[in-house]
Amino acid sequence: MTKEKRQILIFLIFALALLITPFFLQGSYYLNVLVFIGIHTMLAVALNLLLGYAGQISLGHAAFFGLGAYISGILTTRFSLDPWLVIVLAAVCAATIAFVIGFPILKLKGHYLAMATLGFGIIIYIIFNETVSWTGGPSGLSGIPSLHIGSWIFDNDLYNYYLIWIITLAVMLLSINLSQSRIGRALRAIHDSEVAARVMGINARVLKVQIFTVSAFISAIAGSLYAHTMTFIAPASFGFNFSVELVTMVVVGGLGSIYGSFLGAAILTILPEFLRFFHDFDIIIYGLLLIIINMFMPGGLISGLQSLAEIAAAKMKGKTRGDA
Amino acid sequence: MFKNLFRIIFTLLFFVLLAGAAVAAPPIKIGALFSVSGPASFLGEPERNTAQMMVEQINKAGGIKGRKLELIVYDTQADATKAVQAVNRLIKDDKVVAIIGPSTTGDSMAVIPVVEKAEIPLISCAAGIKITEPVKKWIFKTAQNDVLAVARIYQYMKEQKISKVAILTVSDGFGSSGREQLVLQSKDFGIEIISDETYGPADKDMTVQLTKIRGSAAQAIICWGTNPGPAIVARNAKQLGIKTPLYMSHGVSSKRFIELAGDGSEGIILPSGRVIVADQLPNADPQKKALLSYVNGYRKQYKVEGDHFGGHAWDAIMLLKRAIERGGDSPAAIRDELEKTKDFAGIGGTFNYSEQDHAGLTKDAFVLVQINQGDWKLIK
Repeated sequence: MTKEKRQILIFLIFALALLITPFFLQGSYYLNVLVFIGIHTMLAVALNLLLGYAGQISLGHAAFFGLGAYISGILTTRFSLDPWLVIVLAAVCAATIAFVIGFPILKLKGHYLAMATLGFGIIIYIIFNETVSWTGGPSGLSGIPSLHIGSWIFDNDLYNYYLIWIITLAVMLLSINLSQSRIGRALRAIHDSEVAARVMGINARVLKVQIFTVSAFISAIAGSLYAHTMTFIAPASFGFNFSVELVTMVVVGGLGSIYGSFLGAAILTILPEFLRFFHDFDIIIYGLLLIIINMFMPGGLISGLQSLAEIAAAKMKGKTRGDA
Repeated sequence: MFKNLFRIIFTLLFFVLLAGAAVAAPPIKIGALFSVSGPASFLGEPERNTAQMMVEQINKAGGIKGRKLELIVYDTQADATKAVQAVNRLIKDDKVVAIIGPSTTGDSMAVIPVVEKAEIPLISCAAGIKITEPVKKWIFKTAQNDVLAVARIYQYMKEQKISKVAILTVSDGFGSSGREQLVLQSKDFGIEIISDETYGPADKDMTVQLTKIRGSAAQAIICWGTNPGPAIVARNAKQLGIKTPLYMSHGVSSKRFIELAGDGSEGIILPSGRVIVADQLPNADPQKKALLSYVNGYRKQYKVEGDHFGGHAWDAIMLLKRAIERGGDSPAAIRDELEKTKDFAGIGGTFNYSEQDHAGLTKDAFVLVQINQGDWKLIK
């Protein structure tokens, strides 16, 4: 089997598994958790394109998520615009903002880039909080309508599950394709050495801004979908903590692995359910998780599991040979 | 050997549990959502403690019509996403018949669509007016509206012939809702707001805002926020030597505020539920009995003073208990009986729910207290 065929097969199995999952979870609240995992996966994939492939950190990605959510929320509640149209509008808006700030910001490197994106995230967070007449301020914006196609309203977990996951799977497929195209290779070249990449004739400056814009676009779509499934949004969901959580998802799952982003998003969404008795300490546990994974699985869970499997396979082989 | 022993023990345990379950009627499951950790833990913690204490007391006294209560508490961390996940879990996995909480207005607004669709009665412990206005079929609340607190202060100011005020509000849910009401109601009471300042929830110094206010002709300063901000305002005002009387919101009516503000708290006037002045109330006050029972019970169990935030949970549990006693434990029956609640003297005030009113309190739910030598003093 060629590599390409194998990849298509893996994706089909993954998609099929997700699409039949609801039949085993009917009426359970885990379906609701899976809806959030879908949204988080979309965000983690978006950030992974930037962080995992191009190697550019963003500590302000929750801002793009929030922009999508708030633009959708405000335009549908206050101006009764069509929700689907607004999703596209919100994504274009967020992408435009990313494009404009991308040029100056992405000139920075390392800690300075982290600081600049962090600052951007905080500015947007403050705007959500302070423009009370538009956003409803800290106590949130309610009454956001559910999405609908004709008379089919996405207002329960099952419908939302399919809505979110079909879009998430599409985003994943596009991202996998993108990562294996010429652009994907160019991004990885920038990641390894920007100077070398430029010598090879890659326009690193523009490419970084482009991938930042794409990442913001996807994040904003995730934000819009979040707003319509929750029907309520508050600034606290789009703060600095959430930006860090997103970075954690990507790093835990595996930098530069699209399936890894799913794994990271799933683990960090389910984990708090099990860590409830740690309360305020869950942020410390996130930290510990990051340290441990970076120490023992520097490529993230996906590649860590792969190498574990290889080691196990090698051991088994050795054992059978020894026995013989 | 050990394996067999374990097997026997487990089998025995299994039968004991089975027998126990067969004898006792299944408990009535009540869900609770409180922000026990995170920025609003000052609300969620006393609320959770109070709810647990009340359920213990009710069960010790034989439960409701012989059936025990089971309280399932989840922490929302004042985060809308977590609140929605938790409420889904309560409804779908735990199958509760009623829910109390959440602690904050934001969390409450986030879970309302889910609860309304599942048709489970919810008694919110948050103060925001939009929770019960417009009236939603399945949603009630026990915390006093900001509207009533503002009205109480303005009424007193009118009596004191104060007509020009400066307001200083925190930029979070509580503060922005308070600010809205302060501005809205000022006209009704003939009060002019001549200075309108805000501060951030994490600010450590408010001298800038206070210096601005000092330069104005304000006859009183109203600060709207929850700890620790207002305590800093009180201390800063003292340092700056501001003599203008300082008014606070019910958001600081706990002993913690006096500890934080120290000397600066002296003379501050604020509206509060009656709980902090329970022993100063006249004996004729209908709430006095409930208040003393709550205050004494809480002090005995947790070795700290109960505050009016915990009182919201006390009221929610008692309202549920009365509704279940009257109408049984199906969600629909609980809702219908809750709506019929009349003259229930609880911690937050005397509740009268009706089809048009799911908040149930009037501005008499607040009394004005003044801080005098590090303690609360009832005004009038």
